[in-house]
Parts: sequence; C-alpha cells; structure tokens
Amino acid sequence: FRIPQNNELSPPAGHVNFLLIREIHVANVASTGFCQPPTSAGGQQHESHGDLRSLSSSLFIIILHFLYEIMAVHGPVVKIHPVVLASIVDSYERRNEGATRVIGTLLGTTDKHSVEVTNCFSVPHNESEDEVAVDMEFAKNMYELHKKVSPSEVIIGWYATGYDITEHSVLIHEYYSREAPNPIHLTVDTALQSNKMNIRAYVSSQMGVPGKTVGVMFTPLTVKYVYYDTERIGVELLQRTRASPSRTNGLTTDLAQVASAAGRVQEMLTTVLSYIEDILSGKVMADNSVGRFLMDLVNKVPKITAEDFESMLNSNINDLLMVTYLANLTQAQIALNEKLVVL
Amino acid sequence: MCFGPFPLHQTMASRKESAASGSSPLETPVKQIQIDGLVVLKIIKHYQEEGQGSEVVQGVLLGLVVEDSLEITNCFPFPQHTEDDVDFDEVQYQMEMMRSLRHVNIDHLHVGWYQSTHYGSFVSRALLDSQFSYQHAIEESVVLIYDPIKTAQGSLCLKAYRLTPKLMEICKEKDFSPEGLKKACIGFEIMFEEVPIVIKNSHLINVLLLDLQEKSTVADKHELLNLSSSNHLEKSLQLLMDRVDDMNQDIGKYNTYCRNLSKQQQQKQQYLQRRQQENTQRQSRGEPPLPEEDISKMFKPPQAPPRMDTLLIAGQVTCQSVIFMGRSLF
Repeated sequence: FRIPQNNELSPPAGHVNFLLIREIHVANVASTGFCQPPTSAGGQQHESHGDLRSLSSSLFIIILHFLYEIMAVHGPVVKIHPVVLASIVDSYERRNEGATRVIGTLLGTTDKHSVEVTNCFSVPHNESEDEVAVDMEFAKNMYELHKKVSPSEVIIGWYATGYDITEHSVLIHEYYSREAPNPIHLTVDTALQSNKMNIRAYVSSQMGVPGKTVGVMFTPLTVKYVYYDTERIGVELLQRTRASPSRTNGLTTDLAQVASAAGRVQEMLTTVLSYIEDILSGKVMADNSVGRFLMDLVNKVPKITAEDFESMLNSNINDLLMVTYLANLTQAQIALNEKLVVL
Repeated sequence: MCFGPFPLHQTMASRKESAASGSSPLETPVKQIQIDGLVVLKIIKHYQEEGQGSEVVQGVLLGLVVEDSLEITNCFPFPQHTEDDVDFDEVQYQMEMMRSLRHVNIDHLHVGWYQSTHYGSFVSRALLDSQFSYQHAIEESVVLIYDPIKTAQGSLCLKAYRLTPKLMEICKEKDFSPEGLKKACIGFEIMFEEVPIVIKNSHLINVLLLDLQEKSTVADKHELLNLSSSNHLEKSLQLLMDRVDDMNQDIGKYNTYCRNLSKQQQQKQQYLQRRQQENTQRQSRGEPPLPEEDISKMFKPPQAPPRMDTLLIAGQVTCQSVIFMGRSLF
C-alpha cells in the first residue's frame, strides 16, 4: 500500500518517516505500549501525535476499504452460510444499551483452501475508550454446549459488527488466535454506512520491522455465500418478506410455488431467445463461450419422440392418480371404522 | 425417543405464574404463529448438518406470547441421544443454554419445540407425550414439524401443531381405554390442530437479504419442476402401507378383545346360573348355600391410543401423500 502523505501537520523533521510508520501501526495495533513514542513527549507532541494518528488511521482505513475491492487475496476463501449472518444481525438488534457493537465467536470447519462458517454465537463484552473486556468464560461455555450438538464444528474466528477495525479488535483477535490457528475476523456493517451491509472477512498477518516494532495487519479475504439446497429455498421464502409492508409473509401453497418456478424458467428462456435474435440480426457480437453453453443447452434435451414422452408422462400421472385414489379409499375406511367403534 | 418433558417441569415451575394465565381457556389461546426468519434458517441448518443419520432432530423454541399470537424469536438444537451418553444431562444442557442466552438478551422463554420428520410420519406416542407435557406447563406451546424432504423439493414445509383441548383432557385423566375414548367422542380429526404460520423479518434482516440476493447468482432452483417423483412416491406409499398394516393389527387385537369380553360375559352368566341351580338344589336338600364367589375374573386389557395414534398416522400419512402427489401432478 502507498504511504499517505501528511502535508497538513508538520512533524519534527527527521522523524517524518518513522512517525508515519508508527502512526500507521498505531491505527492497527492495540497495545498501549506502542502508543507511547520513544522520544520524550511534551504535551505538544502528544497532540500532534493524536491528530496525526487519527488522520493516518482514517486514511489508512479508507485505503484498506478501497483495496478490499480490488486486491488479490492471499488466504483461504471464506464461505458463509446465511444463518450466520442472520444470527449476527439478530444479536446486533438485541445489544445492550450503550453498546455500539457486538462481538461473537464463529464456528465452522476448515479445509485447505477455504473456511466454511456454519454457526456463531454472540459473546457479551464491554468496550470503552481504553479497554476491552470480553467474557471468555461465557465463550468457552457456549462453545462446549454447541459442541454437544455438532461435534464437527470448531472455533474458526470471530465477528464484530461495525465498519472499522479498531484497536480493540486486535486484542480480541489475539485472544482468538489462542483458540484457533489463524482465526478469521468477520465484520458486518450493521450501521449501513455505505448504504449497504458490507460483509468482510480478514485474516491477520504480521507486519513491520522484525525485532523492533511489529504490528498486525488485517488482510482481506474473499467472501462467498454458500447455501445448502434447503437453505436456499428457505432464504428465498424469506426474501418475500421484503415485499410486504408489514414485513410478514405466510407460507405459500404448492401450486403458487410451481407457477412461480415455471414463470422463472420462461423468463430465462425469453432472455436467451432475445439474445440469440440479437446476434442473428447482427446487433450483438457473437461470443463463442456463450455459443458453447447454448449448444450444451440444446443437447441436454433428451432425444425422444413426442409420443414416447407423452406416454411416459401419462403413465406417471396414472400412477399418481391410482395412489391418490387408494389413499382416499383408506381414509374413508378409517373414518368409517372410527364411527363404527364409537357406536 | 421421549424428549424434554422432564427438564421442562423444573424450568417451568418458577415461570408458570409469569408465563400463561392461571385459567385454561376453552378455545385455543394461540391463533397464529409468527416466526423469525432466523429460526427458519437455524432449523434448516440443524437438520442438514446433524440429521442425515438418525432422521429426527429436535430442538427448543424460544420466544414470547403477544396477545393471541405466539412469536418465536430464537431456537437452539438439542443434541442427539447416543448410546454412550447415557447420563447426559438434558436438564443441565437446557438450563445452561437458556442462562447463557439470557446474557445476550435473547428471549429465554420456552414456547415450544421443533422436530424434523421423515416423509410425514411424525405422529407417535412420543410426540403426544412431549407435546402434552409442554402444553400442560405452558398453555400456548406448539410443536413445529419441519419436513426436509419436501422442502428440498422446492417449498418450505413447516407446520405448527397443538393438541386440542379435548385431547388434553383425556391425556390428563390417562384413561385410554376404549370406554374412556368412547365417552369423550374423540375422532382422529380432532386430535391435533394446525396453527397458521407467518414469517416475519426485521428491517435489518431485510437489508441483509437484499445484499444476499444481489451477490448470489441466478442459480438452479428448479427442483419444483422435477417430473421424476417416483422415488418419493414409492417411499410414501411404503410408509402408508406400513401404517395400514399396523392399523390392521390393532383392529384385529381390538376385535379379539371384544370377542373375549363377550365370551367372558357368557361364561359369567353360565356360572351364575349354575350357582343358582346348585343353590336351589342345596336348599331343597337343606344344606347351606355356597357363598357367592367373587366374580372378579374380569380381565380388561385396556386398548390404549396406540390405536388412536395408528389412526392418526394413517390419516396423516394419507393426507401428506395426497398433498404431495397432488402437487407433483402439476
């Protein structure tokens, strides 16, 4: 990353580079030891440090967020299940008075190139200007309880709501590195600072001058959402609550579901057809890879004659009808039996 | 596989005053159930991860009662009962979980439990017992039945059931003999009642969902349009046949019982008649009459609602298969 230029404040000459590096460290490093400058501090220097620190920290964070979008990631891919995010949002909504953010543990499984986050629970903590207190006992207990249900889940990191990575985060991250090798830090921006809920994941790596001043940097990772099939269906159902004004939604009937699925397929077909027509009429350049996909699509349709298909479908329907009839018969029989017994 | 009724009594003892009102209303106190999206996702996840083997996963529902609807805001799963965990303390697990959840401001009121089901065969004695104890302790509790197989086919299948007041009465008296049931006029239609479910999400969750939708691709969600449903059809039919067989056996047993009863009545009559005759003979001969023996060779095998349950299972599976098939038909 490029080092931000400080042209507003004039730090004492000769210390410029050192201070810059120091301030960038400070923006990410928590422990107070680092915050004391080695040179003797007059009040004035403290002030300038303060301003410098906040300036470069904010600059640094801006850069970090910008780089998040474009930087190549080194590290595992983070796959998140939507249940984890819903849990985080829910615990944010239930936070105590005065708390600006919520933290908690992430549980899941790791694998060589990816980390799958499947569960989480929130951990009560207190955060103030100077210090951070996390209820570790609670975290351990909850983890034990969760392990009883799903023994394959391990602690793989922690999450925090909020936009920035603060100094306290580093302390907490250190604690979690004792629990898990290379923990993941997930931030969920529930304050919606940029009109979106940014969900980011980081892993920490050492940086700095070894032996002298070392610090910790959070490198971003790609985040992917993975769903089980049933989860996908659940999430889809939940999406519909966005449409209703009272944010509620009943469970739909089967017929409606089938109708909507058929509608979707139809939409997709019309899109593809219009694209093809555009190409044929020369409006759009033909793309070979898309063409190959189209070939695949056409070849997937099984080669059966219309009569065969019709007879297959009909026999299927006949089976269903027969079973329905038998089931209805059984039902009638049972009801009759019931009445006879009661007589 | 009886579940949480025991810890429930202990946890609920202190809360009974605060939870439901003392009187038991005759109509159902719960007209509607409101579930948070989070609960739905958690239930789905629990089955997906832990339920592949033993087919049934269970858990506890937490929430609160608001006027005439029950709001379910969170849930936590219950570990499986394994053989090597004989003295696994369910009570302790529940208590600890609820205490911890209280620290993070999650509603810690027990309002019901959930269970997954396999092809719709969930009506059993265990379910009846558990739900009875839950409903006895907390007026408004429900059992949520989640069907993962049907959900995987395209539409979330989540149903909420409660026991009808009539059934509660019967269970309270524990009188499961045929006479008792006849008196109460219970038919299988009025054992369970279904409560409509509504899913509710907060605004923030809606934002999250919007984000998720933008990021996810137009994936293949076409399970609904799958024409080959024969696999499920076979399984459902198999289960239906099993239930009908059970039913058959039960009815056979009941018939033999009726026959035995009537035979016994006849025998009793004959015995009494002989007694009378002997007594008159003895009197005519001047001997003291034989004492009336105690005719308590009555054996009355009580036919318990396993009979009722079989009925209900059959009815239930029938309904399920009908619905299922009806849908595949389209």
